[in-house]
Formats: sequence, C-alpha cells, structure tokens
Amino acid sequence: MTAASSFARAATAKHPRHLCLKFAATQDGVRSALGDLRGFMQAARIGADACGTAEIVMAEALNNVAEHAYRMSGAGDIELTVRLTQSAVSACITDAGAPLPGLCLPEAEAPLDGSPQDNLPEGGFGWFLIHSLTSALTYRRVDGTNHLAIEMDLLPASEAR
Amino acid sequence: MDLSSSLKGDYQVITVNAPRIDAAAAIAFKEALRTQTAEGTCDVLLDLGAVDFIDSSGLGAIVAALKLVGPARRLDLARLTPDVAKVFRLTRMNTIFTIHEGLEDAAPRRAG
Repeated sequence: MTAASSFARAATAKHPRHLCLKFAATQDGVRSALGDLRGFMQAARIGADACGTAEIVMAEALNNVAEHAYRMSGAGDIELTVRLTQSAVSACITDAGAPLPGLCLPEAEAPLDGSPQDNLPEGGFGWFLIHSLTSALTYRRVDGTNHLAIEMDLLPASEAR
Repeated sequence: MDLSSSLKGDYQVITVNAPRIDAAAAIAFKEALRTQTAEGTCDVLLDLGAVDFIDSSGLGAIVAALKLVGPARRLDLARLTPDVAKVFRLTRMNTIFTIHEGLEDAAPRRAG
C-alpha cells in the first residue's frame, strides 16, 4: 500500500510535459488527436478552462490543415508537438500539404462585423478563434512543409470575459 | 447524429445526444436537424446540455440550422456547457441567438 501510493506520487510528479503525435490528415484523425491532447493536458493537471481553449485552437488549426492544405484528400500526415511550461502551452503543427495562400497567416477579422443580420456567416470563424485565443502565432514554409507555431498563455488573463 | 425531439410549452425541444459537434459531425448534425424540424411549425429550442465541444464547423452548422428553421420559426439555444459557451462568446454569436440557462426557464419566459 505504501509502496503503491509513493509510486503514484512519483508518477504524478513526472507526468509528461511534452506530447508528440503523428496522424492521418482526416477529420477523424484530428478528432482522435484532440482526444489525446485533452488527456495529456488533464494528466498534467491543466485546468478545464485552459484545456478547452487549447482544444478549440488546435481543432481549428488541425482542421485547416486537413481541409485546406490537404484539401480533404486524407492523403497525408500531420505532426503535432505540444510542450507545457509553467505559464504557457507551445505547440507546433507540421504538414506537407499546400502552403497557406500568399505564404502568410490569414487576418483575424471577426466574421460578424459588417455582416447583415439576414445573411449570417456560416464560416470564417476558425482563424478568428485561433487569433483570439493565442498569444503568438508564427507560420513558416520550409522545404515543402508548413510549420505553424502556436503559443497560448496558461494564465487566466488569456481571455477577456 | 442522434437527436431527440419533444414538445415543451411552445417549443419543440431538440436534444443533441452527442458530445461533439465538430468538423467530423457538422454535416450529420445539419441533416439530422433538418429531418427533425421538417414537419414542425413550433419554434425550436436546441438543447446542447450533452455537448462538451463545438468547433467553427459546428458553430457554422448551428447558424445554418437557424436559417433552415427560420424566418417564420425561432431557433433558441439552451444549456451551453463551458467550452461551447466560450465559442459563442468569442465569435459574438451569443448576440445573435437567445440562450437559455435551462429548459425550464425558456417556456415560461415566452408566455410572459
């Protein structure tokens, strides 16, 4: 009993702070990776609010890769690495799909702004959510691969309420 | 997608019996909602109490559902869980939809 509980404490103290995933660029592949990410962050005792924020950001970024970089072909892989520090989540998404148009990050315009009430937008929320919930975002195209680096604060001030 | 439907007050309450409305589920959600609301004439209350997570595709599908049901009928929302509420708040879609805390407070409020 004593041995078991001290083992449990040691295991908790050494919960991983680094996650590396490689998965098919499909909607189901993304969903499964998000489940792994949630489990990883919960094991590292990250609060529910920050876990939710990270899942929203990663869902948007990873689905963009599946839908646009690989054009829903499913013929390709996505690599996701996530590193936790005391105050932030750092993630990098790598894929070998098509580059972002113009080799730059899309603007963070709010879809509702300037949109008539009788013609509400059904899309265009993805990059807006990513920009809203991240503290830093860097895109690079290197040797035919896309690299999106994402930083999110783990402090409560990361989202204005 | 598993949706269940019942009548409560003036509303047709449609409950989403799934934990996610995400990119993988958005089309199935839209189709199931279209089927559930095709015959009705009541306003619709979409019960999201079992939904832990939506992404932008899921949000788009809910906006599409609003257009599908309207303009003659309303589509209101109830029982948003924290991560779902966050997506509505950030995109300001909480200003477009009427959002109820519970199913009980929706019907009496309309009567008054």
